[in-house]
Amino acid sequence: MDTTLLAAQLINGLQLGILLFLLASGLSLIFGIMDFVNLAHGSLYMVGAFFCATITDWTDSFIIGALLAIPATAVIGFLVEIIVVRKLYQRDHLDHVLATFGLILVFDTTTQMIWGPDGLVVPLPAWLDTRVTLFSDIVLPTYRIAIIGVGLAVAAGLWLLVSKTRLGMRIRAGASNRDMIGALGVDINLLFTLVFALGAVLAGLAGMMIAPITEASVGMGNGIIIVAFVVIVIGGIGSIKGAFAAAMIVGLIDTMGRSYLDSLFKLFMSNQNAETSAPAISAMLIYILMAAILAFRPQGLFPPKGR
Amino acid sequence: MLNISSWNLRSWVNMIVLVLLALVPVLVSWSGNEFYLDIATRLVILAMAAVTLNLILGYGGMISFGHAGFLGIGAYAVGIPVYHEIYDGFLHFPIAIIGSATFALITGMICLRTKGVHFIMITMAFSQMVFYGFVSIEDYGGDDGLVIEARSEFGGLFDMENNTTLYYFCFICLLATIYIVRRVVNSRFGMVIQGAKGNERRLQSLGFNTYRYQLACYVLAGAICGFAGALLGNFTSFISPEMMDWSRSGELIFMVVLGGTATLFGPLLGTTAFLLLEEYLPHVIDLVYKGGGVYWQLYFGIILILVVLYMKGGINGFLSRREGSK
Repeated sequence: MDTTLLAAQLINGLQLGILLFLLASGLSLIFGIMDFVNLAHGSLYMVGAFFCATITDWTDSFIIGALLAIPATAVIGFLVEIIVVRKLYQRDHLDHVLATFGLILVFDTTTQMIWGPDGLVVPLPAWLDTRVTLFSDIVLPTYRIAIIGVGLAVAAGLWLLVSKTRLGMRIRAGASNRDMIGALGVDINLLFTLVFALGAVLAGLAGMMIAPITEASVGMGNGIIIVAFVVIVIGGIGSIKGAFAAAMIVGLIDTMGRSYLDSLFKLFMSNQNAETSAPAISAMLIYILMAAILAFRPQGLFPPKGR
Repeated sequence: MLNISSWNLRSWVNMIVLVLLALVPVLVSWSGNEFYLDIATRLVILAMAAVTLNLILGYGGMISFGHAGFLGIGAYAVGIPVYHEIYDGFLHFPIAIIGSATFALITGMICLRTKGVHFIMITMAFSQMVFYGFVSIEDYGGDDGLVIEARSEFGGLFDMENNTTLYYFCFICLLATIYIVRRVVNSRFGMVIQGAKGNERRLQSLGFNTYRYQLACYVLAGAICGFAGALLGNFTSFISPEMMDWSRSGELIFMVVLGGTATLFGPLLGTTAFLLLEEYLPHVIDLVYKGGGVYWQLYFGIILILVVLYMKGGINGFLSRREGSK
């Protein structure tokens, strides 16, 4: 087997896993604390990508673009929470999914009104748009490794925030008993708004990091958000640790399945059969994985305790 | 039911919609505009899907976000045989029913082990699985979809190629579906389903295996929706995986909620309102300011959010509040 190709696919899988983790951790936090299902989370991913593309275009620097797009996405998160989402916490899940489905339409159409129907290309700075050589013969794209690095740093930061800070303590307290921390004098509305904005930033960060690879386009979040749902269902809804593990598993299995499933199938079936069935099976692989895991553990791999 | 003096506002509205739908072909032949027959056929088929979704979502409290998957399976049950030059409708429709029932059984067994938000996400993921499955099967058009060259043949019994015949066939199927749902909901089986929505544990302690009841209900809804999908395939003469994208499932949920969940005619009213909005909202916006009609989905999304926030019970709830205030 070609080692460079294998290494490149591993990196792609890890990078997809990191993006999924950024999306899934926000979804999971929002669900764990507010018991809120946010279908429009993918829209915040898209908003992050478009903000980054526009600011990069103004300033000619992807780094400045990304740094300024983060607070801009947070502002959008704040506004959405205050205008719509806040009114929905007391409602049931059906109202959540419908209203946020409406939000997706609003976001997609507004984005198209502002930026037009075509995607925006985000140019990378020269020093990121290179390749690194490892072990003298494996060549890998620098930017994808950078994404993985940033993602791991964010994951570590998120862990520190949740387990070591006062805000994190309130977040954990809110996840186990909302009414109680409200009664203890914590401004629960403010806490909810902050958590929602944090989720928005995480999603937006994923969007702005992928934009140089795929470009920013209308509706770009609507496909990946379903995979993020699969991730949090596998990991256990409400669990950040579960989201991380499941995101990596799903990212790697999806990428590896698409590259190697046909070779695997050729071991025990005819070439032609393998070439017809492998694409279909590999496209469905993560859903089959989800079904298999749920058949044994309906609550996911790492269900949060005490709920 | 037919004692007119006891009719309330809701019964009148339901009856007017039904009579108008029954008369659509007549009205179309007067006006000579075939286009309205197209909208009405789509309306009737989608209403059928919405009625079945309401059975599990409204009465059963199972919020399925993958219902469009059944429509797609039903449509491919027509498209794939026709692609292989098998035109027999007595084959297409059973395939549609059995195919979607089997899919509902297998996925339902897994989905129903979970509750609440898990259920929403897993049903969504499974229908997306079918979506990607069909996208990657190149033989049947993949992403681009598949043209259905001929409609199902029923051995000379009736001719589906005739648009009016097709419309009435769909309309009768819709009435039959509403009747079936009415019978199911009022049966002992339906009582268990509705009871499990309210308090599942209580039903279980009364000795009911709610899992089996819910699974049976899920399979029934899936099977009938697959039948509606076969009608949709016949009507559109073109199928593509896009028909079962999760946003289509979201639209079906909106139709049910817009009309009023857990009401017999709510889904029909909701589908009617939905299609009217989809068809005329762009024109209305264009009247207000030129060129805005392209972006009608923005206003559609806002209307959706407002309906969720402020119109509890949908159209049906609105009508019964009007009765109450009289």
